[in-house]
Amino acid sequence: MRLAAIAVLLLPASLLAASAKDTCIECHTAMDGAIQKPALLIHDDIHYANGLSCANCHGGDPTSDDPSLAMSKAKGFIGKPKRAAIPQLCANCHSNPDFMRRYRPQQRVDQFELYKTSVHGKRLASGDENVATCIDCHSVHDIRAVKNPLAPVYPVRLPATCGHCHADAKKMAKYGIPTNQLEQYYTSVHWAELKKGDLGAPNCASCHGNHGAKPPEVASVAAVCGSCHVLFAQLYDKSVHEPIFSGASGGGGCITCHSNHGIQQPSTAMLVGPKAVCSSCHEAGTEGAKTAAQMAQWIDGLGAALKRSDAVLSEADKSGMEVSEAQIRLDDGRENLVKARLALHSFQPEEMHKPIEAGMKIAAETLNAGESALHEKNVRRVGLAVSVFFIAITVLAIRLVIRRLEANGSGYLEPSKSS
Amino acid sequence: MAEKTLQWLDDRLGLRAIGELAEHKTVPVHSATRWYYFGGITLFLFGIQLITGTLLLFYYRPTVAEGFDSVRFIMTRVEFGWLIRSIHSWSANLLIFTAFVHMFSVVFTHAYRPPRELTWASGIVLLGLALGFGFSGYLLPWNQISYFATKVGTDVAGSTPVIGKAIARILRGGDDVGAPTLTRFFALHVMVLPLIAATLIGVHILLVQKHGMSTPPWISSSGVRQMKFFPNFFLREAMVWYGALAVLGALAAIYPWELGVKADPFASAPKGIRPEWYFLAQFYTLKLIPSRVWVFEGELLGIGGFGAVAAGWALIPVWGVDRAGQARTRLVTGVAIVLAAYLAVFTYLGYVK
Repeated sequence: MRLAAIAVLLLPASLLAASAKDTCIECHTAMDGAIQKPALLIHDDIHYANGLSCANCHGGDPTSDDPSLAMSKAKGFIGKPKRAAIPQLCANCHSNPDFMRRYRPQQRVDQFELYKTSVHGKRLASGDENVATCIDCHSVHDIRAVKNPLAPVYPVRLPATCGHCHADAKKMAKYGIPTNQLEQYYTSVHWAELKKGDLGAPNCASCHGNHGAKPPEVASVAAVCGSCHVLFAQLYDKSVHEPIFSGASGGGGCITCHSNHGIQQPSTAMLVGPKAVCSSCHEAGTEGAKTAAQMAQWIDGLGAALKRSDAVLSEADKSGMEVSEAQIRLDDGRENLVKARLALHSFQPEEMHKPIEAGMKIAAETLNAGESALHEKNVRRVGLAVSVFFIAITVLAIRLVIRRLEANGSGYLEPSKSS
Repeated sequence: MAEKTLQWLDDRLGLRAIGELAEHKTVPVHSATRWYYFGGITLFLFGIQLITGTLLLFYYRPTVAEGFDSVRFIMTRVEFGWLIRSIHSWSANLLIFTAFVHMFSVVFTHAYRPPRELTWASGIVLLGLALGFGFSGYLLPWNQISYFATKVGTDVAGSTPVIGKAIARILRGGDDVGAPTLTRFFALHVMVLPLIAATLIGVHILLVQKHGMSTPPWISSSGVRQMKFFPNFFLREAMVWYGALAVLGALAAIYPWELGVKADPFASAPKGIRPEWYFLAQFYTLKLIPSRVWVFEGELLGIGGFGAVAAGWALIPVWGVDRAGQARTRLVTGVAIVLAAYLAVFTYLGYVK
């Protein structure tokens, strides 16, 4: 509390100092080793870019050239903050709406409150200083904005930042939690999208939260996934599987079939075959297994039909035939395939069969259009051959007429006779 | 009965006079006679354009909302619509090609010399009109490529000193390419340009009839053998036209003209956008010119250069002929070779790069 009061009181003076004289940076830059490092790193820091400097966190008087004065306790110098005090130190400004409004009017100011609810925050409060504090994720002295691609909390970098501790078996040993999450995440469909640059793809914080990080409860997993996969979650919520999977003895909603960190691209192999997740509950020959096999057959059948239509239309398109209407129509077919995959999450075959039926109709229709176009192409070639043949005959006939006309030199006027 | 009908028509139209003209018209026979055919092929292709263009008009709708779909309708639903549209597009390109060949053949055989200055001038204007037909017709299907190519084209026109902005605004009917551009390009393409072109073609042909076919200066016109235009040359011309028709049919059947995707003004310009081949040399030249050359803006300098070259080219009958009315053959041939080489090389480079 005392620290907070000192820091807030020092703010205006320090702001002035950052824009004028800063002996902290001057002196530490001239030093060597670890003590020099913060003075070099701070040039990349967003706080420094906004006019704040060392004294805003560490206290002291950056206008004094005398180290004993500059770093005197009388001037509020606190030296290196204790780990347990770091969240509160950051919160002095970041939880102060009036202060934050000066720099980022829309910036949230509830990070510290959320942190206190997180596993990290709770453990820190109970005296465990090994848990993550603000600086473990955001770095220290070179803190960058979240949207800065070099920031350790930039979406693409965040998994590695979390993994820095959570993939470290030594660090996690005393907590008894697995350390393979990052390894699994790097095989997931989510990471595949994120590394391509889709910043909307989920990273650790998307499901666990950031400042209030903790694992979702079993009963709320579907809600977490459903925050992005809205329609899937709605169907799942009404399905027969919901009370079973999301119940106390369940696997945890969506992750029962899709797993958690290493979520793979779904395929019909999840429904039928040696890797089928359905078979872990529905034994072969049971009604459930038969339904799963039927659903897989429908999805594969529609996928194959659309692929065949696409191939025929592409061939026609490459031949120069105009099939854009059919190609656009094929998109409707693909949409039905997506709808069927979506409807699967209701686990009601009749719901799923509707888009399958519509998709198959479109596949047949577009296949027919493609085949007609290819047939038309052949008709055109035959038509061309016939036309060229008749043109050639006509040209030959004209040639013969000319030869006959000019057989005795008729039609030519010699120079003396020319008009 | 036939004789009576003919007599009746002759009394009113003077048909026998036309027949006599055809009877007496001759074509010089020499090593460069084959180049005479290119004027005829160009005329034939213009006729094809008139016919196919009129047929397309039955279905084409010149609006942003319906333009693209109406062309797709022509290509997919109208009986032989694909053939008509493909022939129209291919014929337009062949026409510009044969017009260029015709123009260069006139220069290399020095047919611009007195008294054919006006024939040359009308031909140059007709070539300009053909390019105008190409530019205005390119936009009509309202697809992505044509939309952005027109944007680039009108931007270039807009860079013309002093009057550029006014030209661009008149062409576009506003600040940007949009619905007003399509309607005015349509009006230009189907009414304004055809009226002017048909009139000028009439003048051009009349002048050719008046002065007869030109003989190259290295051949004595009085010592050259002549072929009767009708039927000897006419039949040969018919053979060539049939050949052109076969080529057109083959191109349309084997390489139907693409439709592309509907224009989306909010989409980003397609990658590697470039104009039709006949504007490629200028387009590539403008790409090569630095944005600033000494105190001049690069694009401005390029456009100024094209204008100067075009004006100089049109004035060949002035600087390419001496006081005695004889062609300065070496000078004109040299300039024509340089220009033809520039157009060929830069068109190729514009296509591959």
